[in-house]
Amino acid sequence: MYNSIVMVKQVPDTANISGKVMKDDGTVNRAKLPAIFNHEDKVALELALQVKERYGGKVTAITMGPPRASDILRECLYMGADEAYLISDRKFAGADTLATSYVLSEAIKKIGDYHFVFAGRQAIDGDTAQVGPQTAEKLNIPQITYTEEIIEVSDNKIKAKRKIDGGYEVVESTLPVLLTVLKDVVSPRPFSAKRVMAYKNAKSLIDLEKLTEENSLLYIDKLVHEYEERGLFIKTLTMDDLQLDEQRCGIKGSPTKVYKVESVVLGGTDHIRIEPTKNGIGELIDKLMKDHIFG
Amino acid sequence: MKFANEVWVYVEQRDGKPADVSFELLCKGSKLAEEMNGTLKAIVIGDNVTGIAKQTFTYGADEAVVIQHSSLKHYRTIPYSRILNKLIEKHTPRIVLFGATIIGRDLAPRVASNTKSGLTADCTDLKISDVKYLKQDYPKLLLQIRPAFGGNIIATIITPDVPTQMATVREGVMELHPLDKPKKGKITEIEYKPDPIDEIVSIIEQHREDSKVNLKAAPIIVAGGYGLGNKENFRLVEELAHTIGGEVAGSRAAVDAGFVTPDRQVGQTGVTVRPKLYIAIGISGAIQHRAGMQDSNKIIAINNDPDAPIFEIAHYGIVGDATEIIPMFIDVFKHKLK
Repeated sequence: MYNSIVMVKQVPDTANISGKVMKDDGTVNRAKLPAIFNHEDKVALELALQVKERYGGKVTAITMGPPRASDILRECLYMGADEAYLISDRKFAGADTLATSYVLSEAIKKIGDYHFVFAGRQAIDGDTAQVGPQTAEKLNIPQITYTEEIIEVSDNKIKAKRKIDGGYEVVESTLPVLLTVLKDVVSPRPFSAKRVMAYKNAKSLIDLEKLTEENSLLYIDKLVHEYEERGLFIKTLTMDDLQLDEQRCGIKGSPTKVYKVESVVLGGTDHIRIEPTKNGIGELIDKLMKDHIFG
Repeated sequence: MKFANEVWVYVEQRDGKPADVSFELLCKGSKLAEEMNGTLKAIVIGDNVTGIAKQTFTYGADEAVVIQHSSLKHYRTIPYSRILNKLIEKHTPRIVLFGATIIGRDLAPRVASNTKSGLTADCTDLKISDVKYLKQDYPKLLLQIRPAFGGNIIATIITPDVPTQMATVREGVMELHPLDKPKKGKITEIEYKPDPIDEIVSIIEQHREDSKVNLKAAPIIVAGGYGLGNKENFRLVEELAHTIGGEVAGSRAAVDAGFVTPDRQVGQTGVTVRPKLYIAIGISGAIQHRAGMQDSNKIIAINNDPDAPIFEIAHYGIVGDATEIIPMFIDVFKHKLK
């Protein structure tokens, strides 16, 4: 039996940014961006589910983010995660990778009882690939980044293949270990229709609090109890729940600051238009020969 | 805030061979150190790496710190990060730079996490500047410049309130300028004290092939993008490259689509190139791609969208269908150079 905790992230769909998402001052209006499940994290979840199928155990999905990030936790449940945690607090806003890894590592310690921590190699909104290793360091556990394959898990050890510059290597590590996973390693399974039916009403504490605000006849404790009973409660961890140092959370705990943001303004330099004809291209090649680039 | 006025570059080696990107970073690091009136240190970890340490003086290092031991022959996260954590804790350098290789991206965040330093990934430029931030003056900070958010913006990141500023940079971004006369640097050897925790991960086997692709050295590069639509059309790019004696490259989208292998990716998260001629075909010209090729001597853009941003940096532009233009180009070229 091996238990896994999978770190997942809801990201703005940076591949589909339209002009309107940029504010006049050149900053990004995140609220206008469609939010999606970071693909590599989905791959990480799939790998964790496969470990569970091979060796038994439990898969827990966690995410740090705003309340709407519970969307991707529901998707984790649809795929087969046993449990999900939303780690959310206004004080987490503006976190860079260091502050994020602090919060995530403390949440993982609190959840406890794990052999593996999984994550995608990187998230598409920053491409930094930093949160995985930074979390492993804070947990004081080894890491296998750029994982391509889990070869074997036995005797509290894992053998895995990972990408290296110019090739690959096979490493063996004791457990617990943190793995970051490349995007093509396995294909995430589709949602199970049965699980979608079962979990589409799963709600986080924040979702339930909203319900009580809208309807004064509902009481939060009762509601939580009811959702827990039905297995539809997405556990929620706040800064207080985790007893965190506020100075290390969110923007306060982030050493990197955005000093300046510039919209990409196209220079509009003049270029010579070449006609898409044999003559046009012939003249271009002549010019390049004269410049000693060809010939 | 106490720190040493030093720039450190982690000099990466694989199988005892130094990585190009580390020497490129030393060249940049030596300029940064000059602007800070500081010194440049190369940190070399491995087995029998004194030779690499000596080479760093050709790229501007004032001092090379060497940590060598037979069990450090191959990079492993825990011993290497433990060594750097201790060195940084003891000396508190102002700046530490890493190549954004797989090793650098495994190591740098681990070290930044331990030392609570700021870390910015994949910078496309680094500068030293006095900064006023939230009404406070910070002299000689490291400006860490990188495209962000799908290339819609260029962000300048600073880490004003921590002693050590860290950044990773991709291969080819910084230019290599070996000195005519190497610096008279000193080599400082530091003893490695093995710890059982270093052996918690072991390497069972390792396969590495030196890439035969050397985009940085190619005088002519023909690059294709997602706009080509499919792998068959991408063949035309290869054919053109073959005809005119160039190397094949691709945008990230072309790599993601499987048209071309990742070792041929040009751009912020690939290689940065400065060839004599760069032909961009079916590449729209997102900032991340332009960051990797805009310093090319001559740029030809071929695209069916006359408003594609790539034309903004091109010297010559051809608007039209690449599947018609490429065969025409090949035909005319063969005819002219017969």
